[in-house]
Amino acid sequence: MDKEKSTKELTDIIARFVSLVGKKLPDDVWAKLNELRSLETDPLPKTVYDTMFKNQELAFELDRPSCQDTGVLQFLVKCGDSFPLLGRMEQILTEAVIRSTRDAPLRHNSVETFDEYNTGKNVGKGTPTLFWEIVPDSDALELDVYMAGGGCTLPGKAMVLMPGEGYEGVVRFVLDVMTSYGLNACPPLLVGVGVATSVETAALLSKKALFRPLGSHNPNERAAKLEKLLEDGINKIGLGPQGFSGKKSVMGVHVENTARHPSTIGVAVNTGCWSHRHGNILFKGDLSYTVMSHKGVVL
Amino acid sequence: MNEKKILTTPVNAEDIAGFKAGDIFYLNGYIVTCRDVAHRRLVEEKRPLPVDIRNGAIYHAGPIIRPLGNDKFEMVSIGATTSMRMEKFEYEFVKQTGVRILVGKGGMGEGTRKACMEFKALHVVYPAGCAVCAATQVEEIEQAEWRDLGMPETLWVCRIKEFGPLVVSIDTYGNNLFEQNKVIFNQRKEEVYSDIARQVSFIK
Repeated sequence: MDKEKSTKELTDIIARFVSLVGKKLPDDVWAKLNELRSLETDPLPKTVYDTMFKNQELAFELDRPSCQDTGVLQFLVKCGDSFPLLGRMEQILTEAVIRSTRDAPLRHNSVETFDEYNTGKNVGKGTPTLFWEIVPDSDALELDVYMAGGGCTLPGKAMVLMPGEGYEGVVRFVLDVMTSYGLNACPPLLVGVGVATSVETAALLSKKALFRPLGSHNPNERAAKLEKLLEDGINKIGLGPQGFSGKKSVMGVHVENTARHPSTIGVAVNTGCWSHRHGNILFKGDLSYTVMSHKGVVL
Repeated sequence: MNEKKILTTPVNAEDIAGFKAGDIFYLNGYIVTCRDVAHRRLVEEKRPLPVDIRNGAIYHAGPIIRPLGNDKFEMVSIGATTSMRMEKFEYEFVKQTGVRILVGKGGMGEGTRKACMEFKALHVVYPAGCAVCAATQVEEIEQAEWRDLGMPETLWVCRIKEFGPLVVSIDTYGNNLFEQNKVIFNQRKEEVYSDIARQVSFIK
């Protein structure tokens, strides 16, 4: 295919996919919310869940973004080293966001820092955010799309612990975020935790952790154990839907990790709100695609 | 929960006396969107609000509006925004305007709690992330004031039908649901921490 033509085609598909992500929750989140809803017995959390579900049905029916805060668009670009449009991805994703902003429509959520004005296009310097991973010996593209809303971005936090504080320090760090800012971030939350060597490595992992499918586990046995302990523990706190208190607090806890300097433990937390607008789509080199996160939808 | 409790604006002090933190009701009548800059204009700039909200309701929200021409508007999406941003102004705001119901997201602080007790008002929460639901409960936008503030900050006067659920976060008796919950959550957190900490001594 001609490069200009394929650029246009990929932009079109991604723009439509971004709009879909704003209007319909992915299958894993929807299933989890159903499960959490069914556990509640008190009238208050039940009423809140009822409203959340009604809202999602109305959003799809009326073809509107389900939450007014459609976030800053963030993409995890897992790009094959021979994917034909590798060099154009930034341009393609930026244009796709501009188009979806007009068509969906999405809220204008890009304010230039220091100059302090809203660009009115939902893109700006460095937004949308692109996180890159290059996949060797592949001509495919895997794209995670995420709408990072203000409420669930606010609890984000990273720091470097001394090894003496140990994994106990990691647990303290995560739990403290849950009962402070977490409360206002629209629970039940998806909690991403990065354990690495420095603030930025931990922070990046804590965001990537939010892109993992719900129900997946860290391949390291101890990290997976920490995921389970934190999930059960935070659930015991019983934030309930929207912090009104209830049986559970989270949709899941995902831990991602790297090696660390012997003298440091980098740790970071990111949260996703109940309205976790995430999508995952796979492209082959010829741009034929499969939507993995939302089964059965037509773009 | 028995049957749906519905209040209709104008609301007087007696109408809300029966509501306690954690109760749920729905609202008929009118609600006016009112957020950061409108609060600042009234309280700091001492400019009177262009809409009379005595015994009425305000909504901490910045909606998405579709202009229909002829000065008519359609409500597309109207989700609650974080009420805490208005905390710094809210005591004075309630005192001056005589507003009865403050709708928003998340809890508010001591100033609002004091205002709700002294001037008999409620802070209530519309479940967040449910902006389409709320939009469909707006029958009509009847008036738009302070339009120079732009779409999110304009005072949109909305006629509403069974607007809710609205969960009482601060009542007229000094109860603050989120603050009370926080105490419980923090107690439970300490138990959870001790329990997990014993099991993660990976550095030996």
